[in-house]
Amino acid sequence: MATVAVSSETSQEVQKTTDLSLYHQVSQFLFEEARLQDDHEYDDWEALWTDDAIYWIPANGADIDPENKMSIIYDNRSRIGLRVRQLNSGKRFSQEPRSSICRTVSNIEVRELDNGEIEARTNAMIFESNLRGEQLWSTRNTFLLRREGDSFKMTKKIVVLTNNDKAIYTLAFLI
Amino acid sequence: MMQNSQVNFDSLITSNRVHGSLYSDEALFREELEKIWFRTWVYVGHESEAPNPNDFVMKSIGPQPIIMVRNKDGELRLLQNRCPHRGNQVCVKNSGNAKMFTCPYHSWTFSNSGELIGYAFPDGYAGHPDADKTKLGLARVPRVASYRGFVFGSMAEEGPSLEEHLGGAAETLDRLCETSPEGEIEITAGFLQHKTQSNWKFLVENETDGYHPAFVHASIFNVADSGIGGLYGAESTALARDYGNGHTENDLRPEFRKFDEPLRWFGTDETRLPDYVSKMNAAYGEKRAREIMVDGTPHVMIYPNLFIAEIQLFVIQPTAVNQTIQHVTALQFKGAPDLNRRMRQQTMGSVGPAGFLLADDSEMYERTQRGVESRDPEWLFLGRGEQRETRDENGFRVSHTTDETPSRGIWRHYKSLMEA
Repeated sequence: MATVAVSSETSQEVQKTTDLSLYHQVSQFLFEEARLQDDHEYDDWEALWTDDAIYWIPANGADIDPENKMSIIYDNRSRIGLRVRQLNSGKRFSQEPRSSICRTVSNIEVRELDNGEIEARTNAMIFESNLRGEQLWSTRNTFLLRREGDSFKMTKKIVVLTNNDKAIYTLAFLI
Repeated sequence: MMQNSQVNFDSLITSNRVHGSLYSDEALFREELEKIWFRTWVYVGHESEAPNPNDFVMKSIGPQPIIMVRNKDGELRLLQNRCPHRGNQVCVKNSGNAKMFTCPYHSWTFSNSGELIGYAFPDGYAGHPDADKTKLGLARVPRVASYRGFVFGSMAEEGPSLEEHLGGAAETLDRLCETSPEGEIEITAGFLQHKTQSNWKFLVENETDGYHPAFVHASIFNVADSGIGGLYGAESTALARDYGNGHTENDLRPEFRKFDEPLRWFGTDETRLPDYVSKMNAAYGEKRAREIMVDGTPHVMIYPNLFIAEIQLFVIQPTAVNQTIQHVTALQFKGAPDLNRRMRQQTMGSVGPAGFLLADDSEMYERTQRGVESRDPEWLFLGRGEQRETRDENGFRVSHTTDETPSRGIWRHYKSLMEA
């Protein structure tokens, strides 16, 4: 495993990969996930998840205990599926008509974990246009990925909205 | 204080129609703040959110922040977040434990009961006739009262008591607390804050509008195999009730009693929550516990801002004529950890900005707000079921759960407040 020690924001040592091929593969996967969300390709997006996946959007900070405190989304795999089926129903009015979305994913950091999973951190800026008007969303994201053939699957995605301690408008598109 | 408007409410509100301008007129919104939000009893928070001496939590009355604080003697106070010196906010934390609040601007320091303890460089005030410390404390909400742990404030020095205000709807809070094996609910899971570009009254009316779920929420009822849809169908035996004073309910008990299955109201059964069931049996005896577990918790809108939706508590906060914040959390029942976990999970799925239910309700609020800003027809028609409305054994108006009895009751009360 090719690594280089860098200091993270919590001043823990994290081993970021120096494997450019891995970094490229992970980046391509993250861009694909972003594109499927922007394009509302719900079924293809759902296929990116592992069977034991967790999709978590905390409220009121990044370090709350989701088992005891309210989150904006805290979906297990079956609830991710329910979310997709609702979007596919044609009657999810908060996404009918669908928002127009364009997101930029950046600041990608990749490291390999001891258990073989890969952690990726990203920032995203997301512009949404819908019936209400225009809205800018800003997120810091953490992904846990598992190798699956020559690509990956997501076993965890944490989306920390920059303003998750404030009142926010409806967030019904996939973020 | 503002003057009474020249608005003639008879020309805007009839028994079954309301004028669209009631949702979009900015002058009227300011008048509502004075006559409803800064006068009548408004729900502020729950005692369990500040359980220990010196605990505080930031709440609101209308658009204004309010510090709900338990002082060192254990009394709950509602303080305005405004330094009497030059108006700075004395607290910018959402919650904490503090014996005093110090204004960062000029270091005036207040006890958590609101009294001014001291100001910096006091020689500048020595001998000044208007610098009496006892008159320069943080303003308190004049009346604070609590019912079953629910804390309300009124900015009017005098008026009806909280019990008089709650009237018949107090029984719904009793019913809620009784579903806990210890007779108390707690608010401990933190709030989601969901903003919507809509007038607050659309939210209040929607909470007990039993006509919309079959349509607005069809997307989730269909894919989740939910039993909720049937409660609000044409064949439902559930009732809509107007308690007076603006309080309204969808009483789902007739449907649950028809099935006579404990915990059906919660989408589960006794085998899934054995600890809860045994504690309920021990607390109330098996017969009464079974009745409680068949009936379930209420679906009640306490005017103007507290909505109990079976497993959730919502606080409705108007921030502008066309902007409202919904603060929402899972109800937690004291002594029922297995039930509480499921409450939190179901709440997170249903409500908040990404909720399976509330995202679509909020979409309707915003579209309706834009809709009523079109000129014609000028009126909204709220007559559904008026011709089949009856009175229950307590004299409250009831009708089929899809009828607009609650909306008519809400507007009857609104008119009386605005004409006062």
